[in-house]
Amino acid sequence: MKPLVTITDLDKSFPGVKALKKARFELFAGEVHALMGENGAGKSTLMKVLAGIYHKDAGEILIDGTPVDIPSPRAAQDLGISIIHQELNLMNDLTAAQNIFIGREPKRAMGLLLDEEALNRAAAEIFKRMHLRLDPQAEVGGLTVAKQQMVEIAKALSFRSKVLIMDEPTAALNSAEIAELFSIIRQLKAEGVGIVYISHKMDELEEISDRVTVMRDGEYVGTVPTASTSVDTIISMMVGRSLTETKTDVPDLSSHEVVLEVRNLRRSSTIQDVSFKLRKGEILGFAGLMGAGRTEVARAIFGADPIDSGEIIVRGQPVTIRSPQDAVRLGIGYLSEDRKRFGLATGMDVAANIVMPCLSKFLSMNVFLKARAIRETARSYIGRLRIKTPSEAQEVRFLSGGNQQKIVIAKWLARDCEILFFDEPTRGIDIGAKNEIYKLLNALAEQGRAIVMISSELPEILRMSHRIAVMCEGRMTGELPSEGTTQEDIMRLATQRHSITADNVNAATKGSIS
Amino acid sequence: MTTIVEKETQTVIRSAVLSQGAWQKLLAFASLIALMAVFSIASENFLQADNLIGILQATAVNGVLAVAATFVIITGGIDLSVGTLMTFCAVIAGVFLTYWGLPMPVGILAAIAAGALCGSVSGTLIAKMKIPPFIATLGMMMLLKGLALVISGTRPIYFNDTPNFSMISQESFIGAILPFLPIPNGVLILFVVAVASSLVLTRTALGRYTFALGSNEEAVRLSGVNTDFWKIIVYTVSGGICGIAGLIIASRLNSAQPALGQGYELDAIAAVVIGGTSLSGGRGTILGTIIGALIISVLTNGLRILSVAQEWQTVVTGVIIILAVYADILRRRS
Repeated sequence: MKPLVTITDLDKSFPGVKALKKARFELFAGEVHALMGENGAGKSTLMKVLAGIYHKDAGEILIDGTPVDIPSPRAAQDLGISIIHQELNLMNDLTAAQNIFIGREPKRAMGLLLDEEALNRAAAEIFKRMHLRLDPQAEVGGLTVAKQQMVEIAKALSFRSKVLIMDEPTAALNSAEIAELFSIIRQLKAEGVGIVYISHKMDELEEISDRVTVMRDGEYVGTVPTASTSVDTIISMMVGRSLTETKTDVPDLSSHEVVLEVRNLRRSSTIQDVSFKLRKGEILGFAGLMGAGRTEVARAIFGADPIDSGEIIVRGQPVTIRSPQDAVRLGIGYLSEDRKRFGLATGMDVAANIVMPCLSKFLSMNVFLKARAIRETARSYIGRLRIKTPSEAQEVRFLSGGNQQKIVIAKWLARDCEILFFDEPTRGIDIGAKNEIYKLLNALAEQGRAIVMISSELPEILRMSHRIAVMCEGRMTGELPSEGTTQEDIMRLATQRHSITADNVNAATKGSIS
Repeated sequence: MTTIVEKETQTVIRSAVLSQGAWQKLLAFASLIALMAVFSIASENFLQADNLIGILQATAVNGVLAVAATFVIITGGIDLSVGTLMTFCAVIAGVFLTYWGLPMPVGILAAIAAGALCGSVSGTLIAKMKIPPFIATLGMMMLLKGLALVISGTRPIYFNDTPNFSMISQESFIGAILPFLPIPNGVLILFVVAVASSLVLTRTALGRYTFALGSNEEAVRLSGVNTDFWKIIVYTVSGGICGIAGLIIASRLNSAQPALGQGYELDAIAAVVIGGTSLSGGRGTILGTIIGALIISVLTNGLRILSVAQEWQTVVTGVIIILAVYADILRRRS
């Protein structure tokens, strides 16, 4: 059988960076081929060359055995290659159908008017093929991230793609949605579509992929069949060394002071009667599906969103938190799941970001910045957290995801917060950096800081938490000890719906997005 | 192997960034020098001391306004009211000095305070009431234009009872000390305002928050910073600087001309943009703004010396703005 795509000896440089060095890749029709590697390994770059976004410097790309040149995304589409980016490219104010057919709208009246009916019909057909229940006329901005992703896939399918590239498609999806995505992938596979699947999540690769190609530092490391290769082997191919994942011991915290207590917290339909306690030195895992209200609880306690009712007690004192400013004053920090939007001023340098929450500590006469003290503080955190940056004056946008996350952590350490909410702290971070973040969280807990860790990755929750709180549809559905708990136990609580009708589920998830 | 490549990469990225900032100023500065060279070749009158001082004098008002606009634009906002606010402040000075006969320092303080107050109103509309900056300051622009006309009864207010008032912009402190350098006080004020503003932007918490607001306001708010407060302060400072511009122009005309002012905001924004400050916020320098203001003045002056009709001067200025921004885009792309 002739491969659908063959890439050989591909080189690609950016000013000062050799992103790809003799990279290779091969894809057969009806195959799910996972592409793995740490951040910066060149996976996305390679796929962007294939999708016509970047132009290759050297090397060869064969489609169905014929050498091709792919100068633009348009040319890639004509060759049947579609890419779904990690960051979705949708127009939020247009409907799902309008998004899918943007630039190719069916027309009537001699091409003068748009034919909305035909547009919606065509979109509905694609959704049907995907077994997806979605209104073509739904505005995309109001959909959950998962549904938006489905719209992107539908768009790719509308091009009758032979090759579908998915860059971290499950980063924002919960388990149920991932299962949905996988069933669509299997269907496409059965239809003979070749799928390139970029992901960091090992369990997913085992489940969905046929072969795995590993890249490191822009170079091809090897291709192995998934079924007969162990996860450890793949990881060691990726990092060039083997990593051990060990569960940390759960310390006895019963004698520790309760630093944060939340009683009967409510906020419209997204938070319904949530209560919990957090002790000094504890890592409390917040598990649940996407849209369960975990982020909302964290944001409400942090004062980023107003609450309807409920009590917040910090170190035994009932407090009122009306703004993040109040929360920070009480020693509460919140690390958002969306670093770039809510965590960092990416156009500013590392030092400016680190001292942002505590700038008042670095002023002389309350007005002037103490440049040297700021620089030294930044340097000390760069050293302590092992942030990879040429200097503290580097703009944050030039750093990798893992290092950006460390800067967000440094920010709150510099502010000396005792209570920290980590919202999906390892999202989009490669495995090496993930382990460092885990070590850091453990160290912080040992120092006596109280941590709430929100995560959608169950292995991460099980590995890190001292205690696990599970949420579903804005309610706290249960609390589990971390020892002896299985992923199934958590899922049972995470899906313990108050109302099982589909409409209510939709309403709940919608509310949490807006 | 890995680390070497990484280090190389990082140093290259770093030097690219460094040279980017330097490039920006260099390009604007080079254009200024090139313009001056062209005009001095085209006309021998251009490089005369009197003419150069005239250019500086003409830059004083627009320069100060552009500095005011720079603060707001770095936060990612826009201020359309700087021109009419300047006039309003001039009228307030007129009311204090001519109508009420108060001493000159009181009038000066009143004008600056009026500017700061109006700025804080704009800031409050934007930060607290969440009115988009474009709309809020468009409203303020018209409101202040109207108020200036109402207060003055649509007639100019002359400063004949305050003989020292013309000193603010016309006379020369420097010239009194160094007779060969008769730089008018208006230009001296521009220099002082620019240096002080540059210090504020680069060395103080206010400056840091100004850039941070333009870079990512929500991230700043979630860092526990009172973003509304700092935004109001930025508009207040900007308004106060407009008050200074009002004093300079009133002093130069020896009167507060209530009908003047509209259109100045566009010249100020043009200077900011030519100087390389990003309209999307987060980036910008006072030095760039001053160079931008000088480019506009040199252009106007040079074209006038070459007897190019005023209509065509406007056309050329428009082309220059577009070219300046396009050059900036080209440079970023490469």
